[in-house]
Amino acid sequence: MAKVVYIEPNGNSREIEVKEGWSVMEGAVRNGVEGIVAECGGTCSCATCHVYVDDAYYAKLPPPDDIERAMLESAAAERKPTSRLSCQIRVSDKIAGIILRIPDRQY
Amino acid sequence: MAAPIVIVGASHAGAQLADSLRREHWDGGILMIGDEPELPYHRPPLSKDFLSGKLGEDRLPIRDPSFYAERSIDTLLGRRVTAIDRTAREVTTDDGSRLAYAGLALVTGARPRLLGVPGEQLEGVFVLRSAADVRAIRARLAAAERVVVVGGGFIGLECAASLRGLGKQVTVLEARERLMPRVMPPAVSDFFLALHADHGVRIVCDTGVKEILGKDGSVDTVVGADGSTFPADMVIVGVGVLPNVELARECGLACDNGIVVDERARTSDPSIVAAGDCANHPNRFFGGRARLESVQNATDQARVAASTLAGGDATYDAVPWFWSDQYDIKLQMVGTSHAYDRSAIRGDVAGRRFSTFYFRDGRLIGTDSLNSPVDHMLSRKLIGAGTPLTPEQAADAGFDLRALSNAPKA
Repeated sequence: MAKVVYIEPNGNSREIEVKEGWSVMEGAVRNGVEGIVAECGGTCSCATCHVYVDDAYYAKLPPPDDIERAMLESAAAERKPTSRLSCQIRVSDKIAGIILRIPDRQY
Repeated sequence: MAAPIVIVGASHAGAQLADSLRREHWDGGILMIGDEPELPYHRPPLSKDFLSGKLGEDRLPIRDPSFYAERSIDTLLGRRVTAIDRTAREVTTDDGSRLAYAGLALVTGARPRLLGVPGEQLEGVFVLRSAADVRAIRARLAAAERVVVVGGGFIGLECAASLRGLGKQVTVLEARERLMPRVMPPAVSDFFLALHADHGVRIVCDTGVKEILGKDGSVDTVVGADGSTFPADMVIVGVGVLPNVELARECGLACDNGIVVDERARTSDPSIVAAGDCANHPNRFFGGRARLESVQNATDQARVAASTLAGGDATYDAVPWFWSDQYDIKLQMVGTSHAYDRSAIRGDVAGRRFSTFYFRDGRLIGTDSLNSPVDHMLSRKLIGAGTPLTPEQAADAGFDLRALSNAPKA
């Protein structure tokens, strides 16, 4: 388990312990974090689990692959340098405490 | 105590409906009743990563138990609703209890169609709809070398791919002349026929099943309609589903290939809504009424049903989409290819990364994308907005679909 901090679109902060190996999207959806839709169930196919990763943690993540980068182009909210699809971020102790800001829309 | 809204069915639509009722500020009780003994879980992985063992039990639930508790969503699991009394506004469950409802949602889903042939009850013959079905299949897999999959639709083909990945000998029998005949055009069928053949699956089309023979009570041979025989240690039947309409029909609600609902998910009794696989609804993307078996339809229609029950006025107008994963191919479908008059291919066919765009009367009506999720997402936007696109533009790799999809509506 590692702590993940989700900042919902309205600014509300949720701290959730997520199992190692799970995606941070799963941790969000299972617990009803606002603003992460994940229509495709986590297969990098819909860009409705878009998050902005806190700068300090972004560099600790393996970089997005080609498909994720292309899908981010389809995201509804503004794409920023720290944009990621949360279904592609795996929880591990290396990213414990990661802070994710959720955009105001996924459609 | 005031009666709750009762949700009959605890799967994708049920979980979404309960969640959406709270988002719609329904502050009365919510009771979700399901005949399976577990909380709502993801069905799409059942024939894919759950069957192959790549996805563990703990990943299946859609929400944690605390999600329901925190929202005061009560659940009654392992219980079947046996009757609805619309006058008394009560449902009866299989233990004889009568439970009052303030509003009622029917999200009863569908059940596997059976072959109706001798031998279907033999040990080793399975359907695949529930987590319990897959647990049973997995429990027998170690003793099964030869698997016959009856039905070359999505479930059958996903099963075939998963089982090949586990090293099983797999034969797929399809009664019609090609794979996925109901929903896919011939070119896509051909692609998947070749894909499965490349992976060592034997696909036999034009072959219905006459009977299943057993040995010592256990499945042994599948006999085709023409008398051909297929040895089998296990049979998985995936020949479509039937909507669960009996409860609705018996209490007098209109049913016709599903429970008939309007664009606000209301049945012929406006105090009762229905959504998901069981609901026959108006769908402009199909040019008439449709009954769809998909997660998209279950969740989007459940949101509308929740709005209706909570006094809102949402209408169902979501672009239909669906997906299937087989081997390293992700097939994503949006809209429909039914009755298309022109099509255009975009992408790299040899590289197995392309989309087929379908047009009818000069309008884009559907897109099938293989390993091309961006085309899929852009098609959803274009079809939803009715943005004009020509086949020539779709086929032109240099044409900027993204810019078109972002253009303001004309």
